[in-house]
Amino acid sequence: MRRVVVTGLGLVTPLATGVEQTWQRLLAGESGIRAIQNFDVSDLPSKIAGQPPQGETADGGFNANDWVSTKDQRKVDRFIVYGMAAAQQAIENAGWTPTDEESLDRTGVLMGSGIGGLETICEGAVTVHERGPRRLSPFFIPAALINLLSGQVSIKYGFRGPNHAVVTACSTGAHAIGDAARLIQWDDADVMVAGGAEAAVGRIGIAGFSASRALSTSYNDTPQKASRPWDRGRDGFVMGEGAGAVVLEEYEHARKRGATIYAEIVGYGLSGDAHHITAPPEDGNGGFRAMGAALKRAGLAPSDIDYINAHGTSTPVGDEIELSAVRRLFGDDVSGLAMSSTKSAIGHLLGAAGAVEAIFCTLAIRDSVVPPTLNLEDPCAGADGVDLVPHQAQQRSVRRALSNSFGFGGTNASLVLAAVE
Amino acid sequence: MSDVAERVKKIVVEHLGVDEAKVTDDAKFIDDLGADSLDTVELVMAFEEEFGCEIPDDVAEKITTVKDAIDFIQDAS
Repeated sequence: MRRVVVTGLGLVTPLATGVEQTWQRLLAGESGIRAIQNFDVSDLPSKIAGQPPQGETADGGFNANDWVSTKDQRKVDRFIVYGMAAAQQAIENAGWTPTDEESLDRTGVLMGSGIGGLETICEGAVTVHERGPRRLSPFFIPAALINLLSGQVSIKYGFRGPNHAVVTACSTGAHAIGDAARLIQWDDADVMVAGGAEAAVGRIGIAGFSASRALSTSYNDTPQKASRPWDRGRDGFVMGEGAGAVVLEEYEHARKRGATIYAEIVGYGLSGDAHHITAPPEDGNGGFRAMGAALKRAGLAPSDIDYINAHGTSTPVGDEIELSAVRRLFGDDVSGLAMSSTKSAIGHLLGAAGAVEAIFCTLAIRDSVVPPTLNLEDPCAGADGVDLVPHQAQQRSVRRALSNSFGFGGTNASLVLAAVE
Repeated sequence: MSDVAERVKKIVVEHLGVDEAKVTDDAKFIDDLGADSLDTVELVMAFEEEFGCEIPDDVAEKITTVKDAIDFIQDAS
């Protein structure tokens, strides 16, 4: 089977825009969760979120004009702008901007989003309702469609290989990377740009997740304390937005052109809960089977894993179920690994989360350090004997890392990344 | 330059992101100013909005240059 490696990284997160800026702030224990300032939250139960800080790109700020022309910004939803920013970073980081026909035909794009152009759809509905269908922009549909992120990236760079998209709620980013890796393994492409983007922090997005009782509401006055995976004081997740993108490449292809190889995608496992639209089954068997399948594909034993980037959203039910599934799968080996939830620092980026977290795993392997779980002051039942990396990053050798993503609808994905020997 | 012409050109500059100097009377939206078919639909909508008029689809199809737009709007108002 052809081997697939990671050769480019791109991030837009509530901590920063840019891979190194985000990573340094994450390791320093900073939080990107803030009170929402850009729209009215007075009647919303949750008034906080992780939003990419606006500002100059050089300082780690997000400036849409640096990624998409002002003319084209009107034609795309914000999730596409985030996704294009992450994709551009990843492509430039990989140094992969070919011009020859064959390379362009052998490079594809597979990016997704959990919800896509939610704000655009919301505004379009208001326009049709208040001013009639003639006032709806001709760009309404292509601005909102989820696969248009992959489309826009392909058009910008001329990548004419497989063009695909994933929509699996909070597992989107992980599924995109796993599926893209398989396209390379199956020789459908040599290079894939893969990842996820989300921009659902708006009145309708917050109202929707509030209605399903998923969000934290007790920490509106102390936003940075709100996302607290495995802590007894947790009360729901914190909405986040942004994007993560990677360049995946067939190993020999990367080696021949002298690309920097960050890590190898060695395992990918998928499963379904077949249980409930928003809640995992009590025994966590969906996550358990996804992790098991990823390890099997990688040909690894649980003891080979050094770090788990957990799904760990800070919801009362989900965190403990994931923890017990990990305990069941890893047995006594659980004492040898570190497991943290970086959602404690950036919130839940929904369809972007899996891609962002796979990048954190890649950087953990590169730098031999694992990022912390913030706000873990009073660990929940079942946390004994598991190093959940409270408060501070830890220096430790990470040869192999596992990243979990679980989504509404009972859709689960696990990725295993490994250092390349 | 008439008031209508000035406003039309301003809209074209904003929507197509082109240099003001290129927006001459004879400039064609698609061939000279880089618009695609969806851009021209949006442009016509912007003219309707700005001038409070309705431009029927069969007329809109014939508006291919900056001057076409100015003439139609002047006649309509």
